[in-house]
Amino acid sequence: MSTLTALARAQAVASGRAQPIATVRHLHVHDYPLVLVPLAMAGEANAPLAALVGADPDKPELLVVTQPRDRDERFRFADRLGQILVAYVDMFADATEDVPIDRGKDVRTRYADAPQLWVPNPAGVDFLRLFGRSTRFRTVDGEHPVPASVPLLGRWLTFFATSAEVPGSSLLVNAVQALGLHWATGQSGAEDAQLGVLLAWIQEGAAAARAVENGPVAGPATDPDFDNKVLAPLIERSAPELPDVLRELMLPTWERMWRVLDLLRRLPVGSRVGQRWDSDRDVYTAFAQHVADGGAPQPRRDGAVAAAARLQRLESAASRYAVQRAFDDPLVLAEYRLAGAAFAGTVTLAAPDRIDDSGKRPVLRPRIMVRTAESVRVEPGTSLTSPSRPSQKARVISLAPVPVTGETDVLLELSGGMGRKLVAEPGTVPAVGERVILTTLTEEFRRGGALPDPTETPWTHGGPPPPQDPQVPAVP
Amino acid sequence: MGRLDELRGGGKAKRHNARTIAALTGNPGCNRRAVLDAAGVDKLKLAETIGFPGSFGQSRFALSRGNAFEAMLKADDCELLRSVLGASDAAAYRDLGADTDDSLGDRHARTVALLSAASAALIDHPLLTLEVAGQTVYLEPDLVAYAHQGRLQVVEIKSFAIVDGQAESAKVSAAAIQAATYVLALRQLLERLGMDPLLVDHEIVLVCPENFAMRPVAVRLDVRKQLATLRRQLSRLSGVGEIIDALPAGVTFDLNRPASEIVAALGHVAPRYAPECLSTCELSTFCRHEASGTTGALGRPVREALGGIESVEEVLELASGTRTPTPEQEEAAALLRQALRLRSEALS
Repeated sequence: MSTLTALARAQAVASGRAQPIATVRHLHVHDYPLVLVPLAMAGEANAPLAALVGADPDKPELLVVTQPRDRDERFRFADRLGQILVAYVDMFADATEDVPIDRGKDVRTRYADAPQLWVPNPAGVDFLRLFGRSTRFRTVDGEHPVPASVPLLGRWLTFFATSAEVPGSSLLVNAVQALGLHWATGQSGAEDAQLGVLLAWIQEGAAAARAVENGPVAGPATDPDFDNKVLAPLIERSAPELPDVLRELMLPTWERMWRVLDLLRRLPVGSRVGQRWDSDRDVYTAFAQHVADGGAPQPRRDGAVAAAARLQRLESAASRYAVQRAFDDPLVLAEYRLAGAAFAGTVTLAAPDRIDDSGKRPVLRPRIMVRTAESVRVEPGTSLTSPSRPSQKARVISLAPVPVTGETDVLLELSGGMGRKLVAEPGTVPAVGERVILTTLTEEFRRGGALPDPTETPWTHGGPPPPQDPQVPAVP
Repeated sequence: MGRLDELRGGGKAKRHNARTIAALTGNPGCNRRAVLDAAGVDKLKLAETIGFPGSFGQSRFALSRGNAFEAMLKADDCELLRSVLGASDAAAYRDLGADTDDSLGDRHARTVALLSAASAALIDHPLLTLEVAGQTVYLEPDLVAYAHQGRLQVVEIKSFAIVDGQAESAKVSAAAIQAATYVLALRQLLERLGMDPLLVDHEIVLVCPENFAMRPVAVRLDVRKQLATLRRQLSRLSGVGEIIDALPAGVTFDLNRPASEIVAALGHVAPRYAPECLSTCELSTFCRHEASGTTGALGRPVREALGGIESVEEVLELASGTRTPTPEQEEAAALLRQALRLRSEALS
């Protein structure tokens, strides 16, 4: 918890309203998302009880398993959910666009749009992940055949759940996390996990939030009292009104999900959100292709090399996401300023035409002096970046305290982002009097370490994995 | 123990179990919970009486699945359980849970006799004791097994699934703490019997359904860390007698008294509310209400990020500069002022 966010929580307590902790929206919100509110059966290993699903706020489709221990009924649920999900994701597998690669020497094609799935909370993501795990290895023939849509559902759910682990991905979004990224409430993080309460803090205030605390849960876990007093008797006598009861239980959450979408759409979008959605579309394109080519289901566990590669991707995605959010949003950047990893100041001197001719060829190396009142925790030699000129590097030459005022003069040497000539393009060098923010964060791409081919996995990591996992035998 | 009965105000005392001990040790600084639990007060009813009802039930579906799983394991002379534990068929099975009368002492005596003889291999429904805050608490592990070379192992049967070798971490850690209390109780028992306490394995066996079927799988968990924590927390709890002695005469949590009187009585024992209490303590919503306006109610990370300052009001006054910080608060105040300045600048 950063002090800035903690202060926002304190302010929320005092004002009785959630406080913003972002000035722009940090995730892509789709024009046509698919919303899914799942409910699980208590005690069972991730057995579905019901779901409200759909892309039209006025027409949620209700899926119910009226006898949760009935295997056939459970697969009918998976079948229908599979049909809905596959029809939805396939909608985006038509229009394509060309993306230049290799500095414009070549192009590759990706889908112009991608699907976006919304669930209420992180537990909803876990539910989908496990439901994907329990369905993706099912076979359409053999001892326990299932409809073809079931393993397909499993693959897509696994795809979505896996992408949700990637920081900054917007393919599968959970509403609690999406709201928590933009607002701080006057309660603890544990209490924020309840979607109804969190949304009430933002839209109506503390009193309303307390009032909905004991309201219907957002799932996937049901309330034990509801299980014992309402659900159990209905299931026991196979009551025809069971679907309606479950619909009533989930409707408030369904309606809140669309309110969350509206709320987030009203925030101005961060300028780097589009870049991350581009990556999401790349990932979707690749997986849709894999499915269309009849590729194998995702393995139960990654091999050593695949796991290391995945960890590297997650790490680079996490740092990219952190930097992009800071560059997009002054309120996020403020956290780095508070921690001394960024500072704001005013340019007091500028030598925009300075040439360094000590090397083989003369190069343009302007210098600027920035005076700041903020704490500067960087060493000479450090490379800094300004969010307003992300392609330009500013190397710290020296730091000098200003007598009496307690300010600091930072002398910086600039390189890059000024055109190809020995004279800087107009506006590329900060002018005297300009206010700049400089940070140790950088958007520069860092290449990960090289990994061996899976067939060359060293013995220290278990040796080469066995060829493709045999299909898991179907179990009742 | 007259004072404890007085505190409870008659009625049957709520007994501790492994779960309540785990909750107690999770927040050992909470005198309120320590006193109420020591006196055996029904906290759920207490919370209801003073107008903060909570829901701490367990779903029937979860219970019945748990029971079905256990029954399946123990069917046919524990056939499945033996195979998953790797215990031989020759190992005897003894169920000590046959008594229906309330004579816990008897069952405990039989447990002691059986353990000191070191003969039976699978001991079902044993009854152990543990000293908690100066009181003897009866504990009931799922099963104690003599594994190879006469070592004792605690077996916990849980109905949550282990999928591809992974289970929900919160459930696993709760099971580990629970099992650690049994290990501790067993070790103390052996010590009393003059046997080597280290005969009790620090590895416990967790038996859970594997993947999505009811097929069991056994996993060994090292609970040494939980044991160490438990010992430390239990030693801190031993002071509850002193807290109770320090209470003014006449203080009681008798549920037949008017709510206002009970609330006043609660005021005599200091709570230590943290948001984590909400999932483990029946009285938590009352304590949360009491703690409103404190930074602690927002969670420990928030409190720490705000420089450990107690109240929200004080935080905001220090941030805006309307309150002069004490010498110890100087550093926190400077950070808060800077944070407020940055927030205001970015939001303007």
